[in-house]
Amino acid sequence: MSKPKLIVIGNGMAGIRTVEELLLLAPHHYDITVFGAEPHPNYNRILLSPVLAGEQTFDQIVLNTVDWYAENHITLHMGKAITQIDRIRRVVVADDGSETPYDRLLLATGSTPVILPIPGKDLNGVLSYRDIYDTDTMIHAAKTKQTAVVIGGGLLGLEAANGLMLRGMAVTVVHLGHWLLDRQLDVAAGKLLEKSLRERGLTFLLGQSTAAIIGNAAGDVCGVRFSDGTEIATDLVVMAVGIRPNTQLALAAGLHCKNGIVVSDALQTYDPRIYAVGECVNHRGTAYGLVAPLFEMAKVAANHLALMGYGQYQGSILSTKLKVTGIDLFSAGDFMGSDEAEEIVLSDPAGGVYKKLVIKDDKLIGACLYGDTLDAAWYFKLLRDGRNISDLRDHLMFGESSVGDAGVAGQSRVSGMQDKDEVCGCNGVCKGTIVKAINEQGLFTVDDVKKHTKAASSCGSCTGLVEQILMNTLGTHFQETPKTKAVCGCTDHTHAQVRQSIKQHHLLNHAQVYEFMDWRTPNGCATCRPAVNYYLLSTWPHESVDDPQSRFVNERVHANIQKDGTFSVIPQMKGGVTNASELRRIADVADKYAVPLLKVTGGQRIDLLGIKKEDLVNVWADLGMQSGHAYGKSIRTVKTCVGSEFCRFGTQNSTQMGIDLETMLANMWSPHKVKLAVSGCPRNCAESGIKDVGVIAVESGWELYVGGNGGIKTEVAQFFCKVKTADEVKEYSGAFLQLYREEAYYLDRTVHYIARVGLDYVKAKVVEDAANRQALFERLLYSLDGLRDPWAERIAGKAKREFIPIKVIA
Amino acid sequence: MNMKANPSWISVCHIDEIPMLGSRVVEHPSGNIAVFRTANDTVFALLDHCPHKGGPLSQGIVHGESVTCPLHSWNIDLKTGQARAPDQGCARRFPSKLEEGQVFLSL
Repeated sequence: MSKPKLIVIGNGMAGIRTVEELLLLAPHHYDITVFGAEPHPNYNRILLSPVLAGEQTFDQIVLNTVDWYAENHITLHMGKAITQIDRIRRVVVADDGSETPYDRLLLATGSTPVILPIPGKDLNGVLSYRDIYDTDTMIHAAKTKQTAVVIGGGLLGLEAANGLMLRGMAVTVVHLGHWLLDRQLDVAAGKLLEKSLRERGLTFLLGQSTAAIIGNAAGDVCGVRFSDGTEIATDLVVMAVGIRPNTQLALAAGLHCKNGIVVSDALQTYDPRIYAVGECVNHRGTAYGLVAPLFEMAKVAANHLALMGYGQYQGSILSTKLKVTGIDLFSAGDFMGSDEAEEIVLSDPAGGVYKKLVIKDDKLIGACLYGDTLDAAWYFKLLRDGRNISDLRDHLMFGESSVGDAGVAGQSRVSGMQDKDEVCGCNGVCKGTIVKAINEQGLFTVDDVKKHTKAASSCGSCTGLVEQILMNTLGTHFQETPKTKAVCGCTDHTHAQVRQSIKQHHLLNHAQVYEFMDWRTPNGCATCRPAVNYYLLSTWPHESVDDPQSRFVNERVHANIQKDGTFSVIPQMKGGVTNASELRRIADVADKYAVPLLKVTGGQRIDLLGIKKEDLVNVWADLGMQSGHAYGKSIRTVKTCVGSEFCRFGTQNSTQMGIDLETMLANMWSPHKVKLAVSGCPRNCAESGIKDVGVIAVESGWELYVGGNGGIKTEVAQFFCKVKTADEVKEYSGAFLQLYREEAYYLDRTVHYIARVGLDYVKAKVVEDAANRQALFERLLYSLDGLRDPWAERIAGKAKREFIPIKVIA
Repeated sequence: MNMKANPSWISVCHIDEIPMLGSRVVEHPSGNIAVFRTANDTVFALLDHCPHKGGPLSQGIVHGESVTCPLHSWNIDLKTGQARAPDQGCARRFPSKLEEGQVFLSL
């Protein structure tokens, strides 16, 4: 059977990005043919300015080589423009007269520069700035000509002017508005920008409109005349007054266009067989001229072309950054403000710094920064998330570092970092390596950076830094990691969707989940399988069956793998309390198996390191102790102090409380590790303030704190409630943990879960609603009921083969 | 399967002794060998040594025709031993075959 034919008109970033997304979803569904009018493969149009400025070459900005098209079985016609779409016969006609039939058509014709309808616009030496041809022409002109006029003081105009100036020309920018970038900056920031560009050697004529371009007898440009009658001489004119969606083909084919090809939220035109993406479309009345929206559109269009049919494009919030080296400016959202909105402004004209934040209804709705854009990524995130900023308001202007939420060691100042400074401490990746990979390999997302450089791929604490580096390197074209992310590359579904489907449709095993949710891979991958396994177990306790092959090795063999492939063994020591007999057995095991290292852990237990896998079961048997679960996304340990039994300050028996909690929660699996502590008085010797559940005894009862951890980024636990009795401590903390088990996404610690849903929500469910608390607590006890100690099960013979290597008799 | 000329096949175990989507270690004087079983009962054998930092591939999660190293999550193609892009490296592969449920390796 022959495949349906997909034709893509436009070999640019939007069209090819859509094809790439489509190949991920349905690699073999279509015969794909791409037509491009330019005689080049797909290149990174946003990097034309660095090419003009001499900072990069064309080869460096190619995104897809000709080989890429061949490898993916895509027929590529470069330098062949489509002149007509015949929708009745479903063929496209190229400029050489050839016809190609289609079943689905993707229009990605981009935009064309606006040429002012003034006398002289067709003279030699009048250029626009749109593609590599224009860029080459400018580079060439700069070699022989001396003066240039750029009409248009917008992003493109300023980048063109800067590039020509760096190539040795004397450049004048003519702008109709009264300040530069009047669509991206307010007047104060625009004036600062003008000052610093003047200092670099550019000349500006603001509030001027061009009446005519003057030519000489040979038909070459020799000057420009303005509407007030003045003239200036020039050898070159670059028109950068805006772009217009290229709708010529679509209009001729009778498709509805109105300042762009009109598309639905599915990126479908009025002809259901024809989709359109990129700068040529008008979506909900907006035509976008930047790259970030194209990527979001590409994802949605690919989703529909792959017959999945649920993607929805809802428009994009834009941010702006000028790609002129050494000039830092940023704006996003509604930065001009209005009567209903409030403004916070910091202005230091002498220091060249200006910041304006626009706030409405306790939300950041716009930002305009000049001179100091270190916090641009943070403001943009607050803006896109629509987060209530009332709690940050006092510190908002002073940036992310001032609110103490800046990643490891308060390092939020990416642009102040040197290339050799380390960003990812786990994998030793420096800033320069990441910037290089972004530029050379055309990376746009945090996921791309993770794959290519390994930065942010281990503990993830530098993800924020990597986002900032992307933002600084790509400027306008940075694509923020979506808040609701797909679980992994095997699916487009989010963690929330997977959880919900498992619950709603009573899915009980992996195969059902992958089948029901249209997984792209037959049996998932190392990222999604453990997550799905946890969701199955936590949603349907006693019904779903644990799949050991979907667990990370540590949870499969109930010990912690070390760098040399040996394991560490930590027996349970409830509340950190042990006795002479246990210690004697640990000592005997250490001797018998020549354990290389015995160490006291931070969780008040003893770790035997360097155990060979085949010895594990025997070690457990000789220890005669239970698993400490020190290896799993599970309950770990309950740390205690000696409490009222011995300590002269102790107010309650915190040691027994810890032992009781650890007994209650034994063998509990959870989205991530769970650590508890019980302190006998507010001196807090058990460090309850940095635990998922921290209990502090006071004279009148117990205080509960939740959401702390001392890990990657230290988080102080928040006060949850105060209770009177030991039974209440168990019920409240058990109910809280069950809520976390039922609702958190896999690999979210309690702090992340609480940050997502809000502490008030958790309190409402656990503290204020007694019936719900009891129900949660009962569900916790039900799911823990009957779980056996995994070490005892294996001593009894379970999963025997796992631990025995095969010996070959040679 | 790519087989060398006249490989000397050694029987190592029955396929049921390897968990589906899992692996077993075969001890060998010149280094342990990981024998993998995929969802559709294909067996592959690689040196139990990740090309990155020598992690035991036998302990990784098997998915499709790949295994993810338990130490730093490199994905290794079971068929070729090659690390999946963008990582680069190769774990030595050994010819393997399945006959009447019996797994054979050529070492």
